[in-house]
Amino acid sequence: MKASFDFSIVDEILSSYKCSQQAIIAILQDIQEHYRYLPEEVFPYLAKKLGMSEVSIYSIATFYENFSLEPKGKYVIKICDGTACHVRRSIPILERIRSDLGLSESKKTTDDRIFTVETVSCLGACGLAPVLTVNDVVYPEMTPDKASALIAQLKEENANA
Amino acid sequence: MSEKQYMTIDGIPVEINGEKNILELCQKIGVKMPTFCYHSDLSIYGACRMCMVENKWGGIEAACSTPPRAGMEIKTNTERLRRYRKNILELLLANHCRDCTVCENNQKCKLQELAMRFNIEGVRFPNRAKSTKNDDTSSVCIVRDAGKCILCGDCVRVCNEIQNVGAIDFAHRGSKMVISTAFGKPLAESPCVGCGQCAAVCPTGAIVVKNNIDCVWEALDNPSVRTSVQIAPAVRVAIGKELKCQDGENVMGKIVAALRRMGFDEVYDTTLSADITVMEETAEFIERLENGGKLPLVTSCCPGWIQYAEKKHPEFLENISTCRSPMQMMGSLIKEQNKGAEKKMFHVAIMPCTAKKFEASRPEFMKDGQPDVDAVITTQELILMIKESGLVFDELEPEAVDMPFGAISGAGVIFGVTGGVTEAVLRRVSENKSRAGLLEAANAGQRGMEGIKEFYLPYGERQLHIAVVSGLGNAERVLLRASAGEHFDFIEIMACPGGCVNGGGQPYFSNAKEARSKGLYEVDRMQSIRRSQENPIVNSVYKKIIKDRAHELLHVHYTAKHED
Repeated sequence: MKASFDFSIVDEILSSYKCSQQAIIAILQDIQEHYRYLPEEVFPYLAKKLGMSEVSIYSIATFYENFSLEPKGKYVIKICDGTACHVRRSIPILERIRSDLGLSESKKTTDDRIFTVETVSCLGACGLAPVLTVNDVVYPEMTPDKASALIAQLKEENANA
Repeated sequence: MSEKQYMTIDGIPVEINGEKNILELCQKIGVKMPTFCYHSDLSIYGACRMCMVENKWGGIEAACSTPPRAGMEIKTNTERLRRYRKNILELLLANHCRDCTVCENNQKCKLQELAMRFNIEGVRFPNRAKSTKNDDTSSVCIVRDAGKCILCGDCVRVCNEIQNVGAIDFAHRGSKMVISTAFGKPLAESPCVGCGQCAAVCPTGAIVVKNNIDCVWEALDNPSVRTSVQIAPAVRVAIGKELKCQDGENVMGKIVAALRRMGFDEVYDTTLSADITVMEETAEFIERLENGGKLPLVTSCCPGWIQYAEKKHPEFLENISTCRSPMQMMGSLIKEQNKGAEKKMFHVAIMPCTAKKFEASRPEFMKDGQPDVDAVITTQELILMIKESGLVFDELEPEAVDMPFGAISGAGVIFGVTGGVTEAVLRRVSENKSRAGLLEAANAGQRGMEGIKEFYLPYGERQLHIAVVSGLGNAERVLLRASAGEHFDFIEIMACPGGCVNGGGQPYFSNAKEARSKGLYEVDRMQSIRRSQENPIVNSVYKKIIKDRAHELLHVHYTAKHED
C-alpha cells in the first residue's frame, strides 16, 4: 500500500510550508484540497517529516469537522443548517437528498463515490436561505422538490460525462 | 533582597516562595485540593476543574493554572465550590462505568476516592458510559477500557511529554472525544513501548496493568510442574501501605516467605543475575574501549528502552549492549539448570515493570518454543496474590532466598534505581578496592533523581563521557546530541523517570521514587559484599552453569523490526 502512494504532492505542500510543525493545519488543508480527503498513508509520512507523532496529527484531523478521513464523492453537496436556513426549513431538504441517495448521518458518501452529503453551520448567504452548494456552486432558495430535481440533473450529467 | 510576599488562603496569610500555582500554596497550609488532571511532573492542563477556588470578588479560578500573586485572597471550601465539585463528579460518574467491585482499580481509584470525599449519594443524570467491551487487550503490557476514562489527559501528557513515545492522544471532539491511537489501531500496532507510565498516572481504571495472575496460580496448583520465581531489586522496597509496610521499606524476606507459603518450590533474587550483568557488561565496555568498538555503549536492561530504540532509533541498536537483561539471564540460567529434569520448570518473574511482560514473550528468548520466563507479574499483581492467599503479610517471618543463586552484592541491588547500573559498573572497574573506593564511585555523579546526569571519568589517558538518563523523553534528548556528533562513551537508559523504582508495574503514589531509592541504597549499604565481582555465587555460577557458554546463555542481538 505504502509503496504505491505517490508522495510528490505532499512533498510539494510540505516544502511550501518549510516543513514547519506550526503549519500543520494549513498543510492538512492543502492535502485535503488536492485529494478531497486525508489519505491514511500521508499520516506516518507527515509525522516523520514534521517530527511529530502520527497520533497527534490524527488528533488534529479528527478535531476539526472540516477534515475528512474518508474519500469524498465527485459531487460534494453541502446543505446549510445555520440559523437562517434552519428556520426556513433546511432539514426537510437534507432529509429528501439523503433519502434520494440512500445516505444517512453516519453514511455520508454513496458507495459509487459520486455523491457526498454533509451539513455546514453557515455558508454566509443567509439572504438566499435555505441554501446549498454543490462543489462550491451555490444553489439558493431551495425546496425538497428543487433538491430532488437537482440530484436527478447531477446524476444525468455524471452518466453523460 | 526583595520583600516577602504574601497571599491569603482561607483567612491564613501564606508566604509566596516561587510556587508556580495556588495549588502548591494550598498544600503548604495543609489543604489537599481535589484534582484529577494535575500531576506535578506534567504540564498544567486545567481540565478537570476540581481544584477551583473562589476569590474575594466571587470569581472562580482553577488553583492549578493560577499563579499566586501578592495580596490575593482566596477560599478553598465554600458552599458554592462544594456544589460545583459535586456537580462535576456527578457528570463524570454519569459517563463512567460504575461496576467498581469488578474493576482492577477498585479502592485505588481517584474518582471513587473523590466521590466518597464529597459524599456523592446519587447521580441525577442517566448513565451514558461507553461500552466497556471495546477494551483494547492487544498489548501484553497494559489494558485500556474507554468506559472508565474521564478524559483528564494524564496518560496523553505522560506518553508525549515525559516519554516522547506518542502512542496515544485525544481524538474527535466534544461528546465524541476519546483517547485513541492513530486511526484507533490496537495498542500493539502503535508506537507504544509498554512502559506503563500511562497506567501509573491514570486516576481511574481506564488504563491498567495486564493481569497474568491466573496462569501463575495454575502452575502452582499443578503437581506435575516445578515452580521457581525471581524477585527484582525494585520490588522489595515498593510493597508499601497496601500490605501495611512503610514506603521504601525493604521487605524482601517477607516476600520470600510469602512466595514459599503460596507454593513456589524455588525462590531467587534477580540481584544475582544483575551481578552477572555487571560482569558481562563491564567486559563488553572495556573490550569496546580497548579495541575501538562501537561507542557509546548503551545499557540493555530496560525493555521499554529496547522497544523505543527498535521503533524510533534503529540506528542505535548496534550501540546497545548485547547483555540480556538480568531477568532474562536468570530465566536462561534456571531453564539451563533444569534441562532434562523430570518435571517441567515454570519460571515466574516478579518485576516493577509492565514492559518486562513483553520482553518475556519475545522470540529471542524462546528455546524450542518455550519462553525462558513463563510469566511476568508486577509488584501490583504480587500484592493482589498475597491478599488473595490470605497471608497476613506484616506478620510473616522473613526468610532468605534459595541456593544455588543465594548471595547478592549491593551493586546488583541498586540496579533498581536510575544510576545504579552505572555505579555497579564503576565499582567493577575501579582500581580502588577500599571503602573509600566505594565512596568515590557513589559520588561520581550518577545518583539522584534528575532525568539527565552527566560526568567525566578518567580511564588511562582518556576522560570517559558518561550519561545516566531516565525517562524516554530525556533519552531522546541525549540520543539527538549523540546523533549530532557529540561523543559519549557510556549511556545508561531507563525508560521510567527515576528508574525501576518508579516502574509502571509499581503501586503508585507521589514521591514514591525518592522513598524507594533511599530504601535500595540502604539495602546496598547493609551488604557485606558490595561489588559484583566479589560475590562468590557469581564465580560459582560461571564455573558450574555458564562455563564457556556465556554468549549463548547471557547475550542477545536485537534487530530493527519497524523499518520502512
